[in-house]
Amino acid sequence: MSQLQARDLVRSYGRTPALRGVTLDVDEGEIVAVTGPSGCGKSTLLHCLAGILRPDAGEVIWRGERLDTRSEAARSRLRRTEFGVLFQFGQLVAELTAAENVALPLLLAGTGRRAAREAALTWLERFGVAELADVRPGEMSGGQQQRCATARSLVTEPRVLFADEPTGALDTLTGEQVLTTMVRLARERRTSVVLVTHEPRIAAYADREVTIRDGAVEHSGFDLSALSTGGDR
Amino acid sequence: MNSGLMSTPHVLLGLLATGDKHGYELKRAHDERLPQARPLAFGQVYATLNRLQRDGLVTVTGQERDGGPERTTYALTGEGRAALDRWLNDVEPPYPYVASTLLAKVAVALLVADLDRVRACLAAQRQAHTARLRELTLLKHAPSATLDDVVAADFAIAHLDADLTWLGTTLSRVADWHREVRHEPAPGP
Ligand SMILES: Nc1ncnc2c1ncn2[C@@H]1O[C@H](COP(=O)(O)OP(=O)(O)O)[C@@H](O)[C@H]1O
Ligand SMILES: [Mg+2]
Repeated sequence: MSQLQARDLVRSYGRTPALRGVTLDVDEGEIVAVTGPSGCGKSTLLHCLAGILRPDAGEVIWRGERLDTRSEAARSRLRRTEFGVLFQFGQLVAELTAAENVALPLLLAGTGRRAAREAALTWLERFGVAELADVRPGEMSGGQQQRCATARSLVTEPRVLFADEPTGALDTLTGEQVLTTMVRLARERRTSVVLVTHEPRIAAYADREVTIRDGAVEHSGFDLSALSTGGDR
Repeated sequence: MNSGLMSTPHVLLGLLATGDKHGYELKRAHDERLPQARPLAFGQVYATLNRLQRDGLVTVTGQERDGGPERTTYALTGEGRAALDRWLNDVEPPYPYVASTLLAKVAVALLVADLDRVRACLAAQRQAHTARLRELTLLKHAPSATLDDVVAADFAIAHLDADLTWLGTTLSRVADWHREVRHEPAPGP
């Protein structure tokens, strides 16, 4: 079932056009890679899909209902409960420990302190960084920070994870480890993933690849999901 | 890649360094160690072994026939071990020039075809490369994958990734060029 749809999205920044009519569907549990050269509009598309930005024209439809026309408050509630967002540089809160960072989305969604901390520890463990629970981001490597940020993006068990170049700042092996863990956990939970990347090798983990050029879909690749149901390590 | 063929004698020496083997065992061990390489033909195993024997790098240690075909067992000689060590110690020169059928085809397409044809050809090639990249990615993460499988898949993936990046860059260049020729305004600022 297609749960997230973009219809003819148009968006400019002042006089700079970023999207010139993008149509895209994301099914439940589907991992879609959005690729294309830098500046082609990938991040703008992701921000529109996640309800962070509003398109100038076109529609974003979330489970059958318009998303882009909802109020700022309604969209941000959706982002807290149904969506997870992950950026290239984890953007952890510097003053908080890893566990506090990961617990944050749960606290904002109304989960109690103890339950939030417990869930945070479980998710840190899943990303192999349980020992960093009481460490602040400033004392972590880039790879460790990104593991924590990925744990934080999934802690609310969102229906969709929006990941913008999540491995862009990591070396090949660290990037692969973060990505394979993220993909495995998403698949186990049937979480959809919109994975923005300019690296072919990263896009290869998705079920489908959509290539953007100059703000428009250039190519929507084969759906090979039958292939990717195989085990991920 | 013909460097694979050029290295076959040394791979066989390496396999014999782990213990004496007959031809069939060598073929099997070769194909297991280099899962992404072309499987070694029997003819090539025996031709290579004959040459290695002639050069004194391997020696025959046994010949048996129990019912089936005759099986000759080979062992590494001291000279063979020295040749293997020399090969391992030699640094492989980075490819001194670019010799790729893919590049040749794109260069010729730019020469004889119109830009739309060139773009179609690049896009089709990208699709084929992407399909292979995905296959290898799956293979590498299969629960049964050995370290050999992963290392070989990494090698192929890194090269496909580079080819794909180049194909994408070339598509962008061709698009820019196309626009310039038609005097269309570039998108963006
Ligand atoms: N905040 C902004 N202000 C002005 N222009 C922007 C802004 N964000 C993006 N752009 C422009 O919009 C276009 C698309 O950008 P973006 O969506 O970030 O592309 P990508 O993520 O593919 O690199 C680019 O031309 C970029 O310069
Ligand atoms: Mg971007």
